[in-house]
Amino acid sequence: MASTRVHIPQDVAAVASGADAVAEAFAAAGLDVVRTGSRGGCWAEPMVEMAEDSGTRSVWRNVTTDDVPEILKRGSAHPKCLGALDAIDWLAGQHRVVFDRCGTDHPLALPPTVALESCLDVAPTALIDEIETSGLRGRGGAGFPAHIKWRTVRDTPAEQKYLVCNADEGDSGTFADRLLLEGDPFRLIEGMTIAAIATGASRGFVYLRSEYPDAERTFAAALKRAYEQGLLGKGILGSAHTFDLELFVGAGAYICGEETSLLESLEGRRGEIRAKPPVPAIAGLFGQPTVVHNVISYAAVPGIMQGGGDAYAELGVAPSTGTMAFQLAGNVLRGGLIEVPFGITLAEIVEGYGGGTRSGRPLRTVQIGGPLGAYLGREDLDTPLTYEAMANIGAGIGHGGIVVFDDTVDLAEQAHYAFKFCEVESCGKCTPCRLGSVRGKETMQTILDGRGGARELTMIRDLCEVMESASLCQMGGMTPIPVLSAMERFPEDFKR
Amino acid sequence: MVKRDVPAIAARHLGRVGGVLQALREVVLEQGFVSEDDQRVVADVFNISRADVRGIVSFYEDLKTQPPAPLRVRICQAEACQAVGGRRFTRAVEERLGIPVGEQNERASIEAVYCLGLCAQGPAFTVNERPFTHADKLDLDSALDLLGEAGSP
Ligand SMILES: Cc1cc2nc3c(=O)[nH]c(=O)nc-3n(C[C@H](O)[C@H](O)[C@H](O)COP(=O)(O)O)c2cc1C
Ligand code: SF4
Ligand code: FES
Repeated sequence: MASTRVHIPQDVAAVASGADAVAEAFAAAGLDVVRTGSRGGCWAEPMVEMAEDSGTRSVWRNVTTDDVPEILKRGSAHPKCLGALDAIDWLAGQHRVVFDRCGTDHPLALPPTVALESCLDVAPTALIDEIETSGLRGRGGAGFPAHIKWRTVRDTPAEQKYLVCNADEGDSGTFADRLLLEGDPFRLIEGMTIAAIATGASRGFVYLRSEYPDAERTFAAALKRAYEQGLLGKGILGSAHTFDLELFVGAGAYICGEETSLLESLEGRRGEIRAKPPVPAIAGLFGQPTVVHNVISYAAVPGIMQGGGDAYAELGVAPSTGTMAFQLAGNVLRGGLIEVPFGITLAEIVEGYGGGTRSGRPLRTVQIGGPLGAYLGREDLDTPLTYEAMANIGAGIGHGGIVVFDDTVDLAEQAHYAFKFCEVESCGKCTPCRLGSVRGKETMQTILDGRGGARELTMIRDLCEVMESASLCQMGGMTPIPVLSAMERFPEDFKR
Repeated sequence: MVKRDVPAIAARHLGRVGGVLQALREVVLEQGFVSEDDQRVVADVFNISRADVRGIVSFYEDLKTQPPAPLRVRICQAEACQAVGGRRFTRAVEERLGIPVGEQNERASIEAVYCLGLCAQGPAFTVNERPFTHADKLDLDSALDLLGEAGSP
């Protein structure tokens, strides 16, 4: 028994649920404890994984220190046992390309770098072609085809080209970047290195939000190891390629997730939006050609190179190809990260994986795509999750956050919050957003107080029209989406 | 908190990408806030105007200009936490500590934070950087008392 390995996640969500004490209890019982990343089953944390005498790897959910002796005694007969690892529906139904390794080992255990090795001697344009074949689109929000950014940077002449990884993950209901950085940091490093070879960028930055101190620690340690192992720096794995990668931690500003604001911040200034064009792929960091991608976009690259662009493109529903890491959160029984091919319906995620609301009350709305995303109703749940089908119902997938609300939600209050969030996080550069958010919040307050009527609702609609058409960036431009979707689908909440 | 060697911190970041912001950030990490004097030092080292530095400081939530309270509570105000009683929890903490979100007294501060990435286990909050989940099920008094020991005099 003394050599039995037990896997216990060390990601912040598991730790907040007591994983450290549980790990100590298993170690004290003489087991060989390996702290891993999370498998994304936030609802089951601390989730413990251990080989039983039969050789089967089993999983126990929500383990406390009190459970440890009983689990060791009763094994899979313990009521918290979810069964064999590969037979748990919640995990077995997923198709993991990005998160396949996350949670299977210590985050800093050096993984094989087969994908990177296979790219070292390939013509850069062939690597870009492979990405084009895969149909990969950016996972940060806009879903823009990745190969176009790569080719633009490749083809724009410049002394210095850059890669920037957007790990500012500010959307409520999202934590995919965090899980990857805390659980499989080498995946991001490998993906960025391949992108560097393809685009000719020799320097890169990962811009991480300061609200993720655990991700900062793990990723910084991974960077150090990568340099020691010759995975970064001069002459990567003995090749002629050079790529230097640095971690840069932000200072608390949602707007710095917008790529031009992020670049300003990376240059050390206030994170004020830059007017586009020029796009960053032509004039980005310090005016040089720069690929800006979300963590998950870069992290998809090794899997694509290893399995082939064709195979990736077969997943999903073209032109929404491949897999998406959806993050299920809010009032839901089994929240967490679910990586599946595009095309799954909202109902399959929310009711199937999620098991319905956590409160047990009826579901009333889900907000998809973060704070600038639409509030949908029950009637929308059968919509397949593709960029196209979501656009058809006035919604977007964004970074993949799905937030569930039960019937106690007040959509007028949520609309008020949407304006307030915009007021708090606006960079202040343009009037429709800076002042529109304040006016919108005040008008919504009048409605909430029961002093508003048709006149106020018309004012909100007019204001939204101005914000949508005249804002410099999508912060102001998309704040109308949660507001108007709530008004349209839940008009009864706005009559009071 | 101890006063740190701000000129040395600033000098260390001079010439680096985003050096001004990183210098200010490190000063705040080290001593909890960045004073008017510190801002002047940073401006001098980087040879930029004090107004520029003030502009940066006012833009970023983390760059505090006042010394922090011993007990620093940050409560997530974002949607996924709202969906599981985050607003109610916030009011309970406000009552318990006797200050509204956004304010501080000599004992404690309450700050709004917009998502901690713990959205499947909300409501989420941190006390002196330690994360807590499922705040609705937590015994608030014992949580704050426990944490108060670490921070309050
Ligand atoms: C207000 C606002 C906030 C954003 N926040 C993020 C973010 O936190 N992370 C992210 O990857 N993209 C964010 N984006 C999108 C970025 O501007 C950019 O499109 C993205 O980083 C490109 O990466 P991709 O090609 O991988 O999608 C945000 C956009 C806006 C308008
Ligand atoms: S829309 Fe808002 S965040 Fe965007 S540039 Fe204008 S003021 Fe700044
Ligand atoms: S919304 Fe509260 S932690 Fe993400």
